[in-house]
Amino acid sequence: MNLSEPVVYLSLLVFLPAVAALVLALLPRLTDDAFKFISLAVTIVVFILSLGFFREGAGVDFEVGVAEMQNMFNTDWIPTFGIQYFMALDGISFPLVVLTTFLSVLAMGASWPIKKHVRGYCILFLLLETGMLGVFMSLDFFLFYVFWEVMLLPMYFLIGVWGGPRREYAAIKFFLYTLVGSVLMLIAILMLYFNSDLTRLDAQQLVDAGIVHVTEGASPEEARNVWLEGDSLLAERYQEALGGDDPSQRRPLHTFNILALQQMGQHTDLFDAEVLGGRSIQWWAFVLLFIGFAIKVPSVPLHTWLPDAHVEAPTPISMILAGVLLKMGGYGIIRICYPICPQAGYELAYVVCTIGVVSMVYGAFAALAQTDFKRMVAYSSVSHMGYVVLGLGVWSAMADTGYNAEYWKMGVNGAMYQMIGHGISSAGMFFMVGVVYDRVHHRNLNEFGGLFAKMPLYSALAVGLFFAGLGLPGLCGFIGEVFVVLSVWKYSYLLAIISASVVVLTAGYILWAIQRVYLGAEYKGPHEEALVPITWRELAIATPLMFLAIVFGVYPNCVLQYMQPSVDRQVDHLAAWTQRYDERETATKPLSEEDGQVAAVKRP
Amino acid sequence: MNLTSLIDSLLSDTLQTSLPLFGTELALCGTIVFMLLVRVLKGGQHVPPFLLAMTGAIIALWLALPREGIEAWADLGRQELFTGMLVHDTLTAYLRVFLLSFVVLFLVLAQLTGLADRDDGQDFFTLVLGATLGMCVMVSANHLLTIFLGVEMASVPSYVLVGIVKGRRRSSEAALKYAIYGAGAAGVMLYGISLLAGVLGSAHLPTMAHELAALDIPGQLAAGEGGSTVMVLALGGLMMGVGLAFKLSAVPFHFWCPDVFEGAPAEIGAFLSVASKAAALALLIRVGFGLGYLPEDPAPSLAATQPAAAISMVSTSQIPTSQVAYQSETASIDGSADDPLSPVRNFFVILVAIVAIVSCTFGNLAAYGQTNIKRMLAYSTIAHAGFMMMAVAAAVALIGRDVGHAETALSALLLYLSIYLFMNLGAFAIIAFLRNAMHSEDIKDYAGLIRSCPMTAVMMTMILVSLIGLPPLAGFWPKLRVLQSLYEAGGPLMITVLVAAGMNTAISLVYYLRVVKVMCIDPPSDTQEPPTLGFFSTAYILVVALPVLLFGIMPEKVAEWADLATKNLF
Repeated sequence: MNLSEPVVYLSLLVFLPAVAALVLALLPRLTDDAFKFISLAVTIVVFILSLGFFREGAGVDFEVGVAEMQNMFNTDWIPTFGIQYFMALDGISFPLVVLTTFLSVLAMGASWPIKKHVRGYCILFLLLETGMLGVFMSLDFFLFYVFWEVMLLPMYFLIGVWGGPRREYAAIKFFLYTLVGSVLMLIAILMLYFNSDLTRLDAQQLVDAGIVHVTEGASPEEARNVWLEGDSLLAERYQEALGGDDPSQRRPLHTFNILALQQMGQHTDLFDAEVLGGRSIQWWAFVLLFIGFAIKVPSVPLHTWLPDAHVEAPTPISMILAGVLLKMGGYGIIRICYPICPQAGYELAYVVCTIGVVSMVYGAFAALAQTDFKRMVAYSSVSHMGYVVLGLGVWSAMADTGYNAEYWKMGVNGAMYQMIGHGISSAGMFFMVGVVYDRVHHRNLNEFGGLFAKMPLYSALAVGLFFAGLGLPGLCGFIGEVFVVLSVWKYSYLLAIISASVVVLTAGYILWAIQRVYLGAEYKGPHEEALVPITWRELAIATPLMFLAIVFGVYPNCVLQYMQPSVDRQVDHLAAWTQRYDERETATKPLSEEDGQVAAVKRP
Repeated sequence: MNLTSLIDSLLSDTLQTSLPLFGTELALCGTIVFMLLVRVLKGGQHVPPFLLAMTGAIIALWLALPREGIEAWADLGRQELFTGMLVHDTLTAYLRVFLLSFVVLFLVLAQLTGLADRDDGQDFFTLVLGATLGMCVMVSANHLLTIFLGVEMASVPSYVLVGIVKGRRRSSEAALKYAIYGAGAAGVMLYGISLLAGVLGSAHLPTMAHELAALDIPGQLAAGEGGSTVMVLALGGLMMGVGLAFKLSAVPFHFWCPDVFEGAPAEIGAFLSVASKAAALALLIRVGFGLGYLPEDPAPSLAATQPAAAISMVSTSQIPTSQVAYQSETASIDGSADDPLSPVRNFFVILVAIVAIVSCTFGNLAAYGQTNIKRMLAYSTIAHAGFMMMAVAAAVALIGRDVGHAETALSALLLYLSIYLFMNLGAFAIIAFLRNAMHSEDIKDYAGLIRSCPMTAVMMTMILVSLIGLPPLAGFWPKLRVLQSLYEAGGPLMITVLVAAGMNTAISLVYYLRVVKVMCIDPPSDTQEPPTLGFFSTAYILVVALPVLLFGIMPEKVAEWADLATKNLF
């Protein structure tokens, strides 16, 4: 039990907030501020723990340039159901984990205006943090699902108790939407689980799935044999499933291991059987999973919970919602949908891209039409998350491009970058809206104006963060957007042109909002006397966000160096899969008239 | 076989085989008789009946627990008792432990809430133990007569328990409704039993299964004959189904349930929704597997069945021969499409699956409009019974293909029951304590409970969320296991059930969460005095509700027990 073991370190990172929540629940009655300070301290400790990965050479660190999973550990949780406590970090999850711990600190700092039932608020907030971190780190599908659901109840209460006037409606809508999505996800999990078979993976694939651990200098086969002779429960079951020498005793060994499922999806035909409507298992699993994740992203037309939830939620919860929760949808798509169900992803790539573009356009137009400041920011999230879906879906490694995965890599990297950038800018925008709402208690865009004169520092920071959201070059929003739009060009001209022109709409609604709120001669709304300059606490939250928005815009490599190897590796694998798939398809298809050259040559 | 040898074998069967395995029931009988007699004795009125009942229940529980530890279940075979009237296997053993653990907890609850005060005590505890005795018979029934007997032994005390609080109109009305409905259902069920027994010439379930197999329904149907026999069998099956559906409160025989739950004290609601439901589900399993599945090797039970055949059956002579003839045959063709029992199974599966979907959906939808918490939970009980029936349908559908998977499905059901015990007992206990504290069972009066009784409100929230089936609370795992079994069973029907089950989780969210909302979000009303609960009440709630969280995080142990209890069932 020391901190240099991944199992201890990662568990501590995930469960420290939950333990702290339990302690808070048992503490005697303290002042409200005491509870807030304790929670803030806990979130800061968790943030420092996540920063610990940057220490090179420490027992638990995150090595730059390594594409594979790092700090992996794997123990049994519920062996009867075959569920493992299996976590690790790679370039896809690591930036999101740090983003989560970072935004949690800021959101807790932004929670000072909360006056009602502070103890309950802090408990739920910390539970929420555990859920979020768990989702990004778990590699067992079931563990993932459990964490996914753990977030629901705290979020329901955080919106429902501390929200605005229509909070109960917004909270139940959020809950219901996500629950429907997770039920679909559960069905997909069962489909994949019952068609999975660990015994079909070869030694190298078992190593890649994190089941077999290779010691220095040993080949995967040797490592597998060592593992089989070891006393792990899974190895025993593996032997049992093999059935010894008798082939008729051979049974499939099901698994929830996400990495193993990825290997099966890409290297075996386990998920190719037809089930319903002439579609394969993976087609249905992909659709169900994608709907579940698209609700979370959210993509049009499943986005309607988001404006309500964002508008009614208190400011810090809006920051968390936009900054972290939406990223879970994108994370799910990149971690689960595509690698496990590549064939379905390949078939449906255009559908996914179209959904992304429609979300971008629809979200931008909807944002233009809003008069509520916060609702406008909420719709801008719908629009910006559309970039993420589009970037993930651009399957440009096709036969036409000679299976060149460069543009696709650019798209996925862009999507990942957009998630990080949007995490910073949207959290900042929601915070900025919250600052002014705390003062004047309204959000009507048409009743602001002239804030620059009254709150110059605040206005400068706010305008900066809004520009980051707009995607101004030099700020964090730009990199992701430009990567995504560039990558689409190779895939579809139409989608590229539409997505590029969304930038104009984005500029439109953001500039218009800035003009109505911050510029102008005088403030037109009520409570003018309350417009005092920004406080130190607010400044301490806004400045790091602004700072990161600039850093990420100027020096994108500081994030890309962590995420790019993992993203590139996954895309390369999928591109290689595409080639194999196409070859298999053309090999099995009988030649016909339409097969152009081949058929023409054969003709006498 | 002359009379003396018959009596000899009967004696040895009763004394050596059956009675030692019947200790739990005997302990319950003894306690009941003792409690009734104590009152007659001088000074007997001063003996607190709670102590007597509790002692009896604990002795019975101790007798039900396996001597050599739970692991002994792995080697426990199937043993027919009392010439085949009852059967003792791991399912019996597990469910008896389940029922008696529940009764022990329930007695404590009844004592704490003061439902059984000094004067009524004897009556109340006698009735509870009597009903439990009936349920124990139900879970081990192996004969249509014991099925009927068990149902009646469990039902009649329940009718009285519903009306135990004297002088309340609603309570009496509920009891009367329950009794009339129950009597009707029992009559129909008896008619069904007589039809089945008449056609098959036996009421002993394994013998009936052999007779069914001998009828060769697939062959007859293919040849276009025997339509009337099949019709009578189907009718008999349906009529028996009425009785079972009544006990399960499955749609369309659920009408009694909301009224009874609303009228009866909350504690009785817990009793009916947990113990009674568990026994009814066990009965459903007994009937489904008894008639729909022939064990590949029925030889061990042959010796025990013969006297039964001699005593209670009509046509004895050809049974052994037909058994032997079919023994080899079924061993080879079991599981294939032309299994003679596959039509029986299909009939059962389709019926149960449809009733399950309808019950689940209807229960969840009807719960929306309820303002009384007990009534709402009554509909929730209907929905959960539907969910549990899905597991039975999946198990019976799987048994023809793969015994191991069928056992997994049953293990899912047992897990469901065990978790359900804590959820529903906890919920009804909280309702009962709050009723004592604030004299109301309306959902709206729970407003602001988080302020006045934070612990109770948190526990209730946990239970309700667990009833929805969200991880990491315990209610999630059994749901998952049931869904897994349904997926494993496959086929259009089972996939439909699977989708319906999944969607019902989402449907049920809103009404459970409404109660949570009232408790935790709504401001307290001005007219209602904030309730306060005593130390023992809070402690009891904690004891019952905390497992919901603990088993949610660490379901390993319970799941293992459920697995053990089903491993050697077939």
